[in-house]
Amino acid sequence: MTELVNGRGLSLVPKTDVKQSLKDFKSDQEVRWCPGCGDYAILAAVQSFLPELGLKRENIVFVSGIGCSSRFPYYLDTYGFHSIHGRAPAIATGLAASRPDLSVWVITGDGDALSIGGNHLMHALRRNVNLNILLFNNRIYGLTKGQYSPTSELGKITKSTPMGSLDKPFNPISLAIGAEASFVARTIDSDRKHLQSVLREATAHRGASLVEIYQNCNIFNDNAFEQLKDPAVRDDITLRLEHGQPIASASKAVVRAANGGIEVVARDSVSADQILVHDAHNPDPSVAFALSRLDEPAFEHVPIGIFRSVDRPSYDGLMAEQLEDAVAQKGTGDLGALLMGGDTWRIG
Amino acid sequence: MSKQVQQLDRVIIRFAGDSGDGMQLTGDRFTAGTAEFGNDLSTLPNFPAEIRAPAGTLPGVSSFQLHFADHDILTPGDAPNVLVAMNPAALKANLGDLPRGADIIANTDEFTKRNLQKVGYATSPLEDDSLSEWRVHAVPLTSLTVKALDGFDLSKKDAERSKNMFALGLLSWLYHRPTEQTVKFLEQKFAKKPDLAKANIAAFQAGWNYGETTESFSVSYEVKPARLAPGVYRNISGNQALAYGLIAASVQAKLPLFLGSYPITPASDILHELSKHKHFGVRTFQAEDEIAGVGAALGAAFGGALGVTTTSGPGVALKAETIGLAVTTELPLIVVDVQRAGPSTGMPTKTEQTDLLMAMFGRNGESPVPIVAPMSPSDCFDAAIEAARIAVKYRTPVMLLSDGYLANGSEPWKLPEVSELPDISQAFTQEPNGADGEFLPFKRDPETLARPWAIPGTAGLEHRIGGIEKADGTGNISYDPDNHDFMVRTRAAKIAGIDVPPLEVDDPDGDAKVLVIGWGSTYGPIAAAARRIRKSGGKVAQAHLRHLNPLPANTGEVLKRYDKVLLPEINLGQLALLLRARYLVDVISYNRVRGLPFKAEELAGVIQDVIESD
Repeated sequence: MTELVNGRGLSLVPKTDVKQSLKDFKSDQEVRWCPGCGDYAILAAVQSFLPELGLKRENIVFVSGIGCSSRFPYYLDTYGFHSIHGRAPAIATGLAASRPDLSVWVITGDGDALSIGGNHLMHALRRNVNLNILLFNNRIYGLTKGQYSPTSELGKITKSTPMGSLDKPFNPISLAIGAEASFVARTIDSDRKHLQSVLREATAHRGASLVEIYQNCNIFNDNAFEQLKDPAVRDDITLRLEHGQPIASASKAVVRAANGGIEVVARDSVSADQILVHDAHNPDPSVAFALSRLDEPAFEHVPIGIFRSVDRPSYDGLMAEQLEDAVAQKGTGDLGALLMGGDTWRIG
Repeated sequence: MSKQVQQLDRVIIRFAGDSGDGMQLTGDRFTAGTAEFGNDLSTLPNFPAEIRAPAGTLPGVSSFQLHFADHDILTPGDAPNVLVAMNPAALKANLGDLPRGADIIANTDEFTKRNLQKVGYATSPLEDDSLSEWRVHAVPLTSLTVKALDGFDLSKKDAERSKNMFALGLLSWLYHRPTEQTVKFLEQKFAKKPDLAKANIAAFQAGWNYGETTESFSVSYEVKPARLAPGVYRNISGNQALAYGLIAASVQAKLPLFLGSYPITPASDILHELSKHKHFGVRTFQAEDEIAGVGAALGAAFGGALGVTTTSGPGVALKAETIGLAVTTELPLIVVDVQRAGPSTGMPTKTEQTDLLMAMFGRNGESPVPIVAPMSPSDCFDAAIEAARIAVKYRTPVMLLSDGYLANGSEPWKLPEVSELPDISQAFTQEPNGADGEFLPFKRDPETLARPWAIPGTAGLEHRIGGIEKADGTGNISYDPDNHDFMVRTRAAKIAGIDVPPLEVDDPDGDAKVLVIGWGSTYGPIAAAARRIRKSGGKVAQAHLRHLNPLPANTGEVLKRYDKVLLPEINLGQLALLLRARYLVDVISYNRVRGLPFKAEELAGVIQDVIESD
């Protein structure tokens, strides 16, 4: 799988010789999500994945905003910053841009990332700041107790929309691709193996990686992603995206459409060589974007996996380069010389 | 013909023209010559918010005022002795400020029927007797410039553009300014276009020669150099001084500087300046908005940088929530507010002191923030270092309240010795501080009440911070009522306990009954007014607050020492409200919010009234 990515995501983060386990990443704080919340599964998946990276624990930082998911940093025994609503990408940008030796994670939700913090998410992605952004998408506001979110379906009945929501939802994957993201993936809370495989690629990617995680809120929006979990249908509707592999579920396949786009057809209606082969590295984002639209509007077929993974210089690297170039051109800054610059005159 | 030379102790010149006429550059160059000559000086640019308002109209007028003297001066001057008016709009917009008898140098070429109509002149004021109270020098600046550049391979338009250099040459002759620096400057500025360099220099010299030969100017003036303290000087604006102060603070704190900022008038020049100094390890981040600017600065501070954000009032409003986060996470952060006229967008290029109460209280919850306010353009340097000192030592966001007047105004600055700048460094925490070898991120220094600053990358000190109330010591989430009360009071006590120098009082005879107190950029006009009072035999004491939160410990004692306390502010009495509430002193407020600095004469009158009133 490593062929998928540029592989330098953590190249500047110091490694440890000490063998780590899940236990090392558990903080002493009691986890306080609702029983049955999808966040538990994601936390467990991340805690059991982190030892695999072999990084010095003190060089890992989790930054979050506000919302249920944003409690995440308290439960990991790393450095953590539980910030304010929507601003985690901005805070993490300052941290990652000035400390390339850190593995910086942003934990956010659909409300935090796409409503109040939409602007920061977009700009962190286009700048390609070296961040792993985990967007827990449960399509509802949990912490404020059940209002519709920017990813809730049109017409959703919630506490604040008794007659149904009027807002066309955001598609986080489409938005990320539109925002020039260099790494965009989707996974699901209930499939630890897949979730960890995506995290593996996301951490190896140098630059911003956006991972949408479908996460069940069993209190306010239970079973939102049930079709993807139900053994009776999941294999038919899940389109696994794997670089170099045909894009198909058990019964469906993605092919080029006559209109130049792509479409989903019955798998047995086409020959194997007609099925679209996934190219996550394609510099042209149009196919990745088209893939992100396949599940509109309902969950008839849902691509899961890495939509896009392209190599682009990361923001902290470019910033560090400018600093190095400045020193090469002007020498290390000399305060006395700076103050004496410009027209000076002497008295006495 | 030998011309008369008259000695003057000080002169105030205002260059005024269309915003495309190059008046700021003309003013800058005259200032450079004046500084080189050794006068004390103070400048005040005044420009429209529009980049290019329609040519020839009143909103398009841009001006630059320079006050220079043979003694030390404190303000850019109240009323110009000389107005250079490049067109009818410049004349009309500035005439109201000109005292009777002042000189007007008017560019007659621009006093066309159309230009006169644009500003509502029925007839040319140069030709009727409406300017009889002033000494008018009608000079066809444009055509003289074009004639002087005859023979240069230039379009008429390019030749006309050099008229500001002709004007500069004329004024340089009139006031005996040295010319070498300007010639050198023009050579450098147009290094890639030597023809333009030569043309501008020729226009400049033609202006000089015109003064010497024409009969329109029978007298030239000399202002002897001032006796300033010995040292090396340069002319500096408040924004530049503030940027240099931030770099110096980063060096003296041994922390890399990280600026997160969003462009806003009148603060953007700090971002521009800092972005030129990356070889000091300065990272400048032009964020997507004001909130991201301060957020990134706070994130960098969490990582061990000297985090700074620069803005003006509307930006502070947007940053408030993040500043609150810095208050509760107790991380160092510098928030520079270059105040401008509000509310809302207000008048972006005009000055005001109206953000004091926002700086004090403009956040949810009990969220005290220290406030430092520079008192002159060059003091922005020291104030930036002081703000950084407090931020780093006490782990707190600090508000640095500059304003548009300081930001764009300039004055000679006696350069400090780098070796004498204060060491403001504080060590990061490296070791656990708990009894059982654990790390307690909110266990405080008993003296300063500052919490440990342990940055990512430090093994064994992994910890989580955030906006939710924290338990004393551990920093774990806590909703315990008594803990919250304790933390609120402790954060307040930390800020209240910051070491700030005592308030000094200037009371030469020690027997004044009236104290005039101020803060921020009003120092110059207040001090100049106090001088006038004393010169005419009156008695007044003066004190100026550089620290607004906490206030110097002796502030109450100083206020109570005088029968009357006068407080001029460019707001509706914001500091007065604080002083009255805190010290129960019946402060007399004097307030004007016209987007302009106070005038010394105006304040002298106010002080005199207070002295004479019962």
